Amino acid sequence: MMFSSMIQRLGVAAVDAGSLATPPLTEPVGTSEVVLAPHHWWAGFILYLPLISLILCGVCAAMKVKTKLPAWITAGCLLGSFVFSLLLYFDYGGSPELIPILSWINLSDAGGNFSGFAANFTFYIDSLSLLWIMFVTGLGTLITIYASEYMETDLGKGYTRFFAGVSVFLFAMVALVLADNLLMLYLGWEGVGFASYWLIGYYYQRPAAVAAAKKAFIMNRIGDLGLALAIYLIWTTFGTIQYDELMDVIRSGSWKEAYDGWAVDCIPWFLMLAAFGKSAQIPLYVWLPDAMEGPTPVSALIHAATMVTAGIYLVARTYEFFLLSPESLHVVAWIGGLTALLAATIGLAQYDIKRIMAYSTVSQLGFMFLGLGVLSTYGAAYHVFTHAFFKAVLFLTCGAIMHGFAGQLDLRKLSGLIRIPGWRITSIAMLIGCLALAGFPFTSGYFSKDAILAEAFITQGPGFEALGWIAIFTAFLTAYYTFRVWFRVCAGKVEYEPGDEHHGDDDHGHHGGGFHPHAPRFAMNFVMAVIAIGALLAAVPYFMDTKADEALAGGWVADMVHDSTAQGGLPGLDRHGQSLGQAVEHAHGDHAHPTMFGMDVHKAMYVVSGVVGGVGLLLAAWLHLFRRQDADRLKAFLHRHWWLGWLPRAMERKWYVDEIYHALVRAPLWIASHLMYAFDQFLIDGLLVDGIARIPRMVAKWFQPLHNGIVQSYAVTMAGGVALIALLMILFLQFWEIGGGG
Amino acid sequence: MILAASAFGQLALAHYLLLSGLLFVIGLVGFLSRRNLIVMFLCTELMFQAAGIAFVAVGRYYYDFSGQVFVIFILTVAAAEAALALALVVLLFRRKPTLNAEDWRELNE
Repeated sequence: MMFSSMIQRLGVAAVDAGSLATPPLTEPVGTSEVVLAPHHWWAGFILYLPLISLILCGVCAAMKVKTKLPAWITAGCLLGSFVFSLLLYFDYGGSPELIPILSWINLSDAGGNFSGFAANFTFYIDSLSLLWIMFVTGLGTLITIYASEYMETDLGKGYTRFFAGVSVFLFAMVALVLADNLLMLYLGWEGVGFASYWLIGYYYQRPAAVAAAKKAFIMNRIGDLGLALAIYLIWTTFGTIQYDELMDVIRSGSWKEAYDGWAVDCIPWFLMLAAFGKSAQIPLYVWLPDAMEGPTPVSALIHAATMVTAGIYLVARTYEFFLLSPESLHVVAWIGGLTALLAATIGLAQYDIKRIMAYSTVSQLGFMFLGLGVLSTYGAAYHVFTHAFFKAVLFLTCGAIMHGFAGQLDLRKLSGLIRIPGWRITSIAMLIGCLALAGFPFTSGYFSKDAILAEAFITQGPGFEALGWIAIFTAFLTAYYTFRVWFRVCAGKVEYEPGDEHHGDDDHGHHGGGFHPHAPRFAMNFVMAVIAIGALLAAVPYFMDTKADEALAGGWVADMVHDSTAQGGLPGLDRHGQSLGQAVEHAHGDHAHPTMFGMDVHKAMYVVSGVVGGVGLLLAAWLHLFRRQDADRLKAFLHRHWWLGWLPRAMERKWYVDEIYHALVRAPLWIASHLMYAFDQFLIDGLLVDGIARIPRMVAKWFQPLHNGIVQSYAVTMAGGVALIALLMILFLQFWEIGGGG
Repeated sequence: MILAASAFGQLALAHYLLLSGLLFVIGLVGFLSRRNLIVMFLCTELMFQAAGIAFVAVGRYYYDFSGQVFVIFILTVAAAEAALALALVVLLFRRKPTLNAEDWRELNE
């Protein structure tokens, strides 16, 4: 029934497009019709395999398996998902597909005009979801292999629980990415939030981990509220929550007939709230750095490469709603740019390398939102893609160091790793990740960041040029703090102190002969090498030919966005003017590309960001490799002057944001809860409940003497009462008889 | 009219009701004046039977058998209640070897 109605619907849409082709207002430039592809039913295994893995992990837990079996089960299932994703990519015909998997909520009325409410487990395959699903499942597989070695100290304890959590995460993430409607996306959205909570709180004996898990969960709930409200409003305004129908409705403009004028302006703000919660942007970013309490593979997979990009995905997926009210995109751009700057300044002053990477993730996510806001969805998507690789490799190398040096993460206590035998692969992989993150010329991060930066100067918007300079300054800071880590930890002379975590199985050296770090073995080295190579190769798609549109810059990734719902943000493909009456005049449009230093902005940006990255790198080399004492001298100089000293102090204390939130949110809530408690205690409990209960007790006091325990007195009372009633009745009857006149 | 002799011959309804009233008063006075649990219980039985006599007499007077049916029920209930009451007395006696109602005043707590 569902499919027939779907086909019917598609037919109607095609007719509409044909009949409206003459007025230029609704011409669907470059859009392809959505096709139904039930022959790709096997795509369902992308979703099922993580679930199977979860069930098998549960069986392992029940059987008390003490080997690495759960890791290999999970890795195998995820590899299967990845293979199916690749098959789907190679079999993808260039126009969005709907693959029905399961019928879930389906209130469609096939016969009548009532379009009904449908939210099925149907996959919406377009280039955007393909891009996402490939790196999610691919990196998921690799990081699971890495974790099989990383988590081995927990064998027989939390090992199975860890991989079960990873399976839940992948299941939810696949549902989120491949959903064809907002409800299934919401399901996955909540699922990844839950998996994140599960895995951040993995070391549940540590209070910090538990607190971080709760913080992440609560912050995400605030965002989830936004998503739920957005879905309600989309349903009431547009009458559907399926992407293909939504696109039809928005592009044809038919929703305007029964529109009362405020919902469309609210929807993007609620979606934005959801995206900012999940992707850690300014009001809600504080959970992400704390989430580093989880095991490092989780930080790499969930809190760097995949889950936190769900917010970018959501905005790209619902981009048309943002185009309907362009001010919301300005806010997205500004919040993104400011988050990038803020997180980068905090990252400058941290000593914990994992935490630096966490702030760098927040900062890079800010870049991606900046890209979305300045109408460069392909830049954002490309940066998501490259960032997934280079940030994953950075986290994995941090994890290897933490694993090998007994939990040591302080960059002041580690030095010269590249010269220690067994650490070469780690150091080189980290160098590759750092180069890409710093935007060093001709690395993947260089191209993806440039795509965003250049667009910030091209697109017209409130203060976008200033925003572009902020972003360039942030890129400079990024290069500096990234190489601060690498030069401190991997270069220089060999010097290290172990951390304070003792692993049960490899206690070789804490006593007597000094500490010997244990280098990563095959699984971890293999995964780090593969992802580092991936981070290098991620630059290649930029030069691959597009098959769709000659006018597009950005190669393969632009191609990947072109067929999707996010095509509204493609430079070169100028369909903003036609898309809607509420046109986006700040778009790239007809005006010629502005220039910068007399050059085309894209070309100029290659030079500017290359120079900026190089300067940052050289500064880091000076302060943290060649003359480390200068860094200390600089710090002492800054601290000596009160008018300068606050700056490094505030950056180290993360601009006191946690303290501000504490004062603004937690403290008032604490006071309010205690006031409520007092109100409840004294007024409700004391006066109302106990007070009312006291009344019968007081009344009873007057009658209590009657209740004396002497049976005869009761009998006298009773008999007296009966006699009294009898007397009254007799008198009454007499009067009645007299009155009645006998 | 009530005191007139009818189908009862010499005995009018009033005699029966008088007997019933006397029995009831004897029971009530006995109940109020004695302290022995068993005697008190017997007194309540006496009051029961007084009510029974009144029922039968009035029923016979009006040629209505409901009165007699009622008495059958009263007797049944009285028998069941007698079994219960005596069992209670026995249990009380086991706890404290006395039959004096005054000694059980603490039961009001």
